[in-house]
Amino acid sequence: MTNSQTKSELDISDRLNRSQRAGLLTLRIFIGWHFLYEGIIKWTDPEWSAAGFLKSSKWILAGFFTWLAENDVLLILVDFLNQTGLVIIGIALIAGLFTRPAAISGMVLLGLYYLAHPPLFDGGLVSAGGDRYLLIDKNLIEMAGLYLLFAFHSGKILGLDALIQLWRKV
Amino acid sequence: MIEPHEDKRNKNPRTMKRREILKNLATLPVFGVFFLALQEKWDQKAERKKQVLEQLGLSEDTGEDRTAAVIKSPGDLIRLGIIGIGNRGEQLAQALGYGHPDWIGRLKDKRIEDWLAQEDLQVAITGVCDVFDQRAKRGVEISECEIRPSRVKAKQFRNYREMLESPEVDAVLIATPDFHHAPISIDAANAGKHIYCEKCMTRTEDEVFAVYEAVKKNKVVFQLGHQNHQSGAFEKAREVIRKNILGKVTLIESTSNRNSPYGAWVRHRDQNGKLKPGSPDSIDWKEWLGKRPVVPFDLERYYNWTLWWDYATGLSGQLMSHELDTANQLLGLGFPDTCNASGGIYFYQDGREVPDIFQAVFEYKNKDLTFLYSASLASNHDRGRLFMGHDATMRLGNDLEITIDRESSRYRREISDGLFDTGQPMLAFNPGSNRLDAITSASEKYYASRGLYYTYHRGRMVDTTHLHLMEFLNAIRNGTPVSVPIEKGVEVTIACHMATKSYREQRQVRWDGTRRKIV
Repeated sequence: MTNSQTKSELDISDRLNRSQRAGLLTLRIFIGWHFLYEGIIKWTDPEWSAAGFLKSSKWILAGFFTWLAENDVLLILVDFLNQTGLVIIGIALIAGLFTRPAAISGMVLLGLYYLAHPPLFDGGLVSAGGDRYLLIDKNLIEMAGLYLLFAFHSGKILGLDALIQLWRKV
Repeated sequence: MIEPHEDKRNKNPRTMKRREILKNLATLPVFGVFFLALQEKWDQKAERKKQVLEQLGLSEDTGEDRTAAVIKSPGDLIRLGIIGIGNRGEQLAQALGYGHPDWIGRLKDKRIEDWLAQEDLQVAITGVCDVFDQRAKRGVEISECEIRPSRVKAKQFRNYREMLESPEVDAVLIATPDFHHAPISIDAANAGKHIYCEKCMTRTEDEVFAVYEAVKKNKVVFQLGHQNHQSGAFEKAREVIRKNILGKVTLIESTSNRNSPYGAWVRHRDQNGKLKPGSPDSIDWKEWLGKRPVVPFDLERYYNWTLWWDYATGLSGQLMSHELDTANQLLGLGFPDTCNASGGIYFYQDGREVPDIFQAVFEYKNKDLTFLYSASLASNHDRGRLFMGHDATMRLGNDLEITIDRESSRYRREISDGLFDTGQPMLAFNPGSNRLDAITSASEKYYASRGLYYTYHRGRMVDTTHLHLMEFLNAIRNGTPVSVPIEKGVEVTIACHMATKSYREQRQVRWDGTRRKIV
């Protein structure tokens, strides 16, 4: 173990045992896979747009989201950021490359999805998949997962982030 | 590298480095697995869609691009007169490509773009007339719409009879209250003008055949304003019916669902509750009343005419006529044999004469079919429009969904093979996306059912009235058919009057085809 405080923080992933590392790695690949798939689906569908999702927003930010959806230029930007953002974050998580910025960006996206349709006490949007939520939904759970990936420097578990560190040392 | 366990096993830094590199690339094969899985999923989806469409004999797209169907012959300008340029009259002008500067100014960017992208129909509005001076003047301003190279400043006629005498008008668009439709149509036909008339075609049964005779005798083009069937989904519906995908259709359920004072024809006040403009000085009340019983000037009657039997037929002529037209277009129903109608004034107890809840059941015995109509002006709950066949049911609105019946004889094998899923709509067509989709996920279904598909924003929204008018203009130029010629107009309008008669006389009525009379 190292004496330096920063080093110990940075290398927290090295202090984990094999099963802990395996768990984090699995989480990273699963979330990455999910982001990549969502992004590619949106990318390959020429008709896809976030407009429907934004316009049907019900909560306090509904005005903001509707405004986004009704502004043609902003909507194109939102659609582009969603499509490319999801794909890039997905690739980054699977490869373990720039994992921490990817995790933070993923959390921001998920946070926006959550705010657009939060499962509030009054029911809010009934989930299409028939899932039932109260305050906590899949978006928030995935956000928490991303937070773990961020906090534990999971890119250094079988990831390109570890290689970058190695290369810097050389 | 800070890897205490590794260090113990391997002291050689070069080997260690190679090991580290390989180890940290270990997740990259995940991408290979991912894309293989993705490819497999796409292949399966495409294969399933192909099988389903092949089995049903349906094509994937809508076929013709209706917006491209303009026949252009330069110099071949059609000069139009608009009779009655209120709310609907102005919409007709917009569908022709003529907008008032006020209206254009209020349009959002995308709507303007869509509107400007409409085909130039090569028309000029050369005449307008309205009993309300203010509206007629606005009509003149509309005719001067700067974006139209073919524009001509419209002449404001004092009444429609003067307009019909004008050699500057080739065809008229009638967007007056319903009770004027027949007299104006008859006079227009006799004056040799082509006619685009809003529904309901007439106020009374007797007028129906009077209009028919006049149109036939004078050989003018007649198009009734049922534009609903111009939508993209409707083209697909035609194909579904033509290919008999639903099996024998024995029941059509059709509905109108509204829940606002405006939707219930209370229109004499603006959004702030202020009375709308109009006075005996600015409105030619005598001309407005025409041959109807003389009553003192009444702003409510002027704006809310739909509520009185003297001027219109309420729900049957206003909304049911569209529904009947839809079914008649698809299945060629002709005249109904019988009709039973009922309903009442249950919500808007504001002195109106026409019902706000209204049901009508038509029997088409030759077609082995019942047409069931139900309307509420006090609930927006969307009940859709269903064509129920032995093998499948089609839900037709702005989009189209087909659900296979689990007891279908024709698809028994496909159902047992698992190719057809009967638990949910199997095919959906959304004109916004202009393609047919095999519905796969619950969320797609959710958004489809709630009309939350804003997918058309990258495509082009086209006004169905524009297409309907284009058909009318093409008929004048080239003699091509219109979709609601006088014959079809007669069928639907007679059905409307049967329902009105049945409701008002509280009995079943019958169509006597030989005497051409409702009995």
